[in-house]
Amino acid sequence: MTFDSPAVTVAFTLNGRPARVVTQPLRRLTQVLREDLGLRGTKVGCDAGDCGACTVLLDGEPVCACMVHAGRLDGATVETVEGLARDGVPDALQSAFLRLGAAQCGICTPGMLMSASALLRRNARPTEAEVKDALGGVLCRCTGYSKIVQAVMAAGGALPEAARAEAGQAVGARLDRVDGLPKVLGTDLFGDDFPPADALTVRVVRSPHHHCAVKLGDVESWRRAHPGVEAVLTADDIPGRNCFGVIPPLADQPVFARTRCRFKGEAVAAIVGPAAVVEALDLSDFPVTWTEKPALLTPEAALAEGAEAVHPERPGNVLVRGLVRRGEPETALAADDVVTVSGTYSTGFIEHAYIEPEAGWARRIGDRLEIAACTQAPYMDRDDTAAIMGLAPEAVRILPTSVGGGFGSKLDLSVQPYLALAAWVTGKPARMAYTRPESMATTTKRHPARITATVVATRDGKLAGMTFHGTFNTGAYASWGPTVANRVPVHASGPYLHPAYECRSVAVHTHCAPAGAFRGFGVPQSAVAQETLFDELADAVGLDPLEFRLRNALTNGQPTVTGQVFAQGVGIRACFEALRPAWEKARAAADAFNAASDGRTRRGVGVAGMWYGCGNTSLPNPSTIRVGLKADGTLVLHQGAVDIGQGSNTVITQICADALGLPVERFTLVGADTDATPDAGKTSASRQTFVTGKAAFLAGRALRAAILQRLNARDDSRLDLDGTCLRAGDRELDLTTLEADANGFVLKAEETFDPPTAPLDENGQGEPYAAFGWGAHVAEVEVDTELGRVFVRKLTCAHDVGRAVNPTLIEGQVEGGSAQGLGLALMEEFIPGRTENLHDYLIPTVGDMPEVETILVEDPDAHGPYGAKGIGEQVLIPTAPAILNAIRHATGVLIRDLPATPDRVRAAIKGRG
Amino acid sequence: MAEYLRARTVDEALEALARKPFRILAGGTDVYPAAVGGPIRDPILDISGLSALRGITREADGYWRIGALTTWTDVLRADLPPWFDGLKLAAREVGGVQIQTAGTVAGNVCNASPAADGVVPLMAMDAAVEVSGADGTRVEPLDAFITGPRRTTRQPGELVTALLIPDAGAPGVSDFLKLGARHYLVISIAMVAVVLHRAPESRRIVRAGVAVGSCSPVARRLRGLEAVLCEADAGAPLEDLAQENHFAPLSPIDDVRATAGYRREAARTLVRRALSTCREALA
Ligand SMILES: Cc1cc2nc3c(=O)[nH]c(=O)nc-3n(C[C@H](O)[C@H](O)[C@H](O)COP(=O)(O)OP(=O)(O)OC[C@H]3O[C@@H](n4cnc5c(N)ncnc54)[C@H](O)[C@@H]3O)c2cc1C
Repeated sequence: MTFDSPAVTVAFTLNGRPARVVTQPLRRLTQVLREDLGLRGTKVGCDAGDCGACTVLLDGEPVCACMVHAGRLDGATVETVEGLARDGVPDALQSAFLRLGAAQCGICTPGMLMSASALLRRNARPTEAEVKDALGGVLCRCTGYSKIVQAVMAAGGALPEAARAEAGQAVGARLDRVDGLPKVLGTDLFGDDFPPADALTVRVVRSPHHHCAVKLGDVESWRRAHPGVEAVLTADDIPGRNCFGVIPPLADQPVFARTRCRFKGEAVAAIVGPAAVVEALDLSDFPVTWTEKPALLTPEAALAEGAEAVHPERPGNVLVRGLVRRGEPETALAADDVVTVSGTYSTGFIEHAYIEPEAGWARRIGDRLEIAACTQAPYMDRDDTAAIMGLAPEAVRILPTSVGGGFGSKLDLSVQPYLALAAWVTGKPARMAYTRPESMATTTKRHPARITATVVATRDGKLAGMTFHGTFNTGAYASWGPTVANRVPVHASGPYLHPAYECRSVAVHTHCAPAGAFRGFGVPQSAVAQETLFDELADAVGLDPLEFRLRNALTNGQPTVTGQVFAQGVGIRACFEALRPAWEKARAAADAFNAASDGRTRRGVGVAGMWYGCGNTSLPNPSTIRVGLKADGTLVLHQGAVDIGQGSNTVITQICADALGLPVERFTLVGADTDATPDAGKTSASRQTFVTGKAAFLAGRALRAAILQRLNARDDSRLDLDGTCLRAGDRELDLTTLEADANGFVLKAEETFDPPTAPLDENGQGEPYAAFGWGAHVAEVEVDTELGRVFVRKLTCAHDVGRAVNPTLIEGQVEGGSAQGLGLALMEEFIPGRTENLHDYLIPTVGDMPEVETILVEDPDAHGPYGAKGIGEQVLIPTAPAILNAIRHATGVLIRDLPATPDRVRAAIKGRG
Repeated sequence: MAEYLRARTVDEALEALARKPFRILAGGTDVYPAAVGGPIRDPILDISGLSALRGITREADGYWRIGALTTWTDVLRADLPPWFDGLKLAAREVGGVQIQTAGTVAGNVCNASPAADGVVPLMAMDAAVEVSGADGTRVEPLDAFITGPRRTTRQPGELVTALLIPDAGAPGVSDFLKLGARHYLVISIAMVAVVLHRAPESRRIVRAGVAVGSCSPVARRLRGLEAVLCEADAGAPLEDLAQENHFAPLSPIDDVRATAGYRREAARTLVRRALSTCREALA
């Protein structure tokens, strides 16, 4: 028996070896493994058992290590992901994960592997249902689970050989992810996985109210009263400007609020000290007074007459408005020989729910700062953090860590300013990882939308006019609100020919968490309205929904709603056509099922299309790629397009390899370290394959040209790199004989690509993007009409990707994106102050995802590398409207207020009478 | 720093509880999530090592005994008669596998969440709670033991040592249905359990248990419906016996998961479905 025992010694077996730690008995096993034993393969996603990322085997059974206390370990057996491989050689399950593309960002991979290992030991040949039961406790936000389930089922058998592409044949090949091995081994390093040993911990003090006045008391006395606390940081400590934001002219978010907090979770101070001290602090005595004020939580409230301005300099609470107008929609709507449908829709805040909460570390080196954190936008982080710190941008070095999912939210600063300040002020390295509630409460969300739209068509089913008004809750700070407000009017038409169109959007400030970028920037919301109205319109004119879309889909040579005309690359018809067999078969099967059903369960099939512009809207967004040879024969690719799991490390290398003419495995990648690698822009707007890929293509070609010239070889010469001997055709050169530049390159190329766009005029007319990605989904659902519960049975997804650089990775995008679309349709809604965890905020589990069949359409784009177009965001846009259309087909009711939860679906069915 | 005591025997645990109102730690799947991002601050009595309290046994006096440390996985793997199927179905629906291997049946009961899945089939089985203290052991019906959300009659000096389930001595069947907005890892919008026993050599139902969860502060038995079922012939359309007034004990609320009205209706739909499954199984 031990009383008041500060520490216990526990001896247990860890991955087959004896382990012994002296630790506090109530310490979580996650901390024992990660902090005390340095085994950081076990990830912490929520600290509450909700995500399963920390799954380890305790006495052979899967448990969440975040809920296992050290005191019960004595005599136990613990197995972690580090115990699976032998001498760095992955086991069969890990190999299957790598080969089949089951790991995208890799943050859930250890938890998945351990859960699956426990199953496979008891049952070497599990059924799909058994695999799902075994993985049901682990959340993944990237993959949509399909490839994970396939990998577990394949682990017991023979795996397909790794694709090995000859020089010049990498594009189009299903190569293993180049950064995949560490992900399946559990050795990949995410934001919280490699802090300096002596790093202090930073903990932020945050507003408990949506809106309040704040007054800090004597923080210095408080600090002195809490031994061990090294610093309390407040707005007074900021050497530069206490303001940041992704769109510099609109930057408005303070690092620390001084007098007023505009959303629940806004930071006012940060406490810095050793982990043991800082984590144990009870902050109830922290000297701060909060005076709660009435909060504006919806745009309706914020736009009401006399509503207080969230930002005095933005009276009326309007951040920005957007407009695209073409033709005379008023006239079209008033015509009397047309069919009209209209509707009002609402969607809520959507949380990114990546399994890796924001995390990182920083250190001060003389008058420079080094920040290692998970991010999607290293150069933007650098410039904004430098401004906060009052430093030149070059004085800040951003070292992106591996990113455990981003989906748009890791474009904005999170931990970086706190880390920078803590390291700067204390002179010691500092680290922090957001807790799950902190991540959910304070980082950006998808904008809630309230949309009213009207569409008219001629009686023979040709679109005649459309009006659309969208109000977006942009929260307390600007973030990417303007981007959403601008993207929506361009895209709300869908990929169709509209003779008359007007779309207005407005982003409104409220006292909610800032809404920012999330896969699709407002377009998934607008597509819900437009694509479901199209189904009503198809019914009204008596056309099959697919037929109606085909009749109106854009073709080459037709103007978009911004008046842009593409001579090539408009692939939407091909996508709809590709879906036709699946559509017809599924519709017939559903009709037959319903005819035989007693009405309790009904099936339905829905279709929806989408288009999405690749890159920034009418704004420059260049990417630069550097590739070169070193004297020792190393072929170095400075690949600055942050891979957040989507696969840019692999895809960019494949493109560069073929442009150069050497195989992928010869490349050594250097990541997006801002001291070493040129700016490849942010990982957003589905631009990395298209824009950075093109830069990689140009750089590969330029290096090839330099090599051919140096060797005086013919254009079509085959390149070969053998040690330091470089051959082109029958010529050869010893690289060691060349003189190296400052970076050690003997031959090098650096190229930039900026997609051509043209500004939009006051009516939104112009050329916003150099290329669009196109696609359409068919959703098959079953509805339990008595309970309103919707089960998605299958998704068939056709996407025009221009050129599928790596089909496995693209399928992964489609499967994962459609899982997010399914969540948007059926279960996800973030309510500030209420659903700040992963059990009240629901994302799809493995049990919710149906089979996803991907059909790749390749209509090459003139600008894209090898014709490739973007795919990252495109994939989730059609899913939700396809599901809603399928529910309508099954039941006759259209759910216009998302998510379509069981109670809402049931209420709609009852309301139908 | 929180005080911590790891009990090696039940007596040691009871002695400690007699001295001080420790927070009891079993599987930790409710205790730890309540402290996200920080340390546990309460004094803790760790009972996870009391292996004597783990397992399901049939006692001589006609009771089934589920030891307090029996996990949901233990329930799933135990060899039990068919009228335990509802409890097994609930076990499969508690979180995911990770939660089932760590979480205990007694922890689910003591945590007294209105959405506790395990409580519903246990109530329908007439379970009682064995509560031990310095002065001995008392046994209390489960529906009396849980008095409100997060509230039970357990006194600070007491430890729940087992759940006791009477064996009806007649063939029985059971069902459990959970309704949530997703599959796996989901807090119930509503859940129901039905347990029916019939006379050994006729189709007359001799014992009926029907309970509904997540539709009132504490899961409720539908005694009126049970009474009607008890008279019934197992071959009759039992689902039609469930009438509006039988659901009067429920008092559902609106929350982020569903509206009150929806819950009330769903409870009835689920009860009808469970009754029809049980009828088919009995026939
Ligand atoms: C991700 C996740 C998903 C979950 N899903 C579900 C679900 O779907 N359905 C559901 O019903 N529950 C769910 N739970 C809740 C939880 O897992 C269950 O309630 C579980 O059975 C609790 O058991 P435990 O042993 O882990 O309890 P603990 O956390 O150890 O204890 C729970 C409470 O009971 C007390 N206690 C425990 N044992 C005793 C005892 N012998 N005597 C007196 N007091 C005691 C403790 O002091 C504490 O207050 C979930 C939890 C998590 C983390």
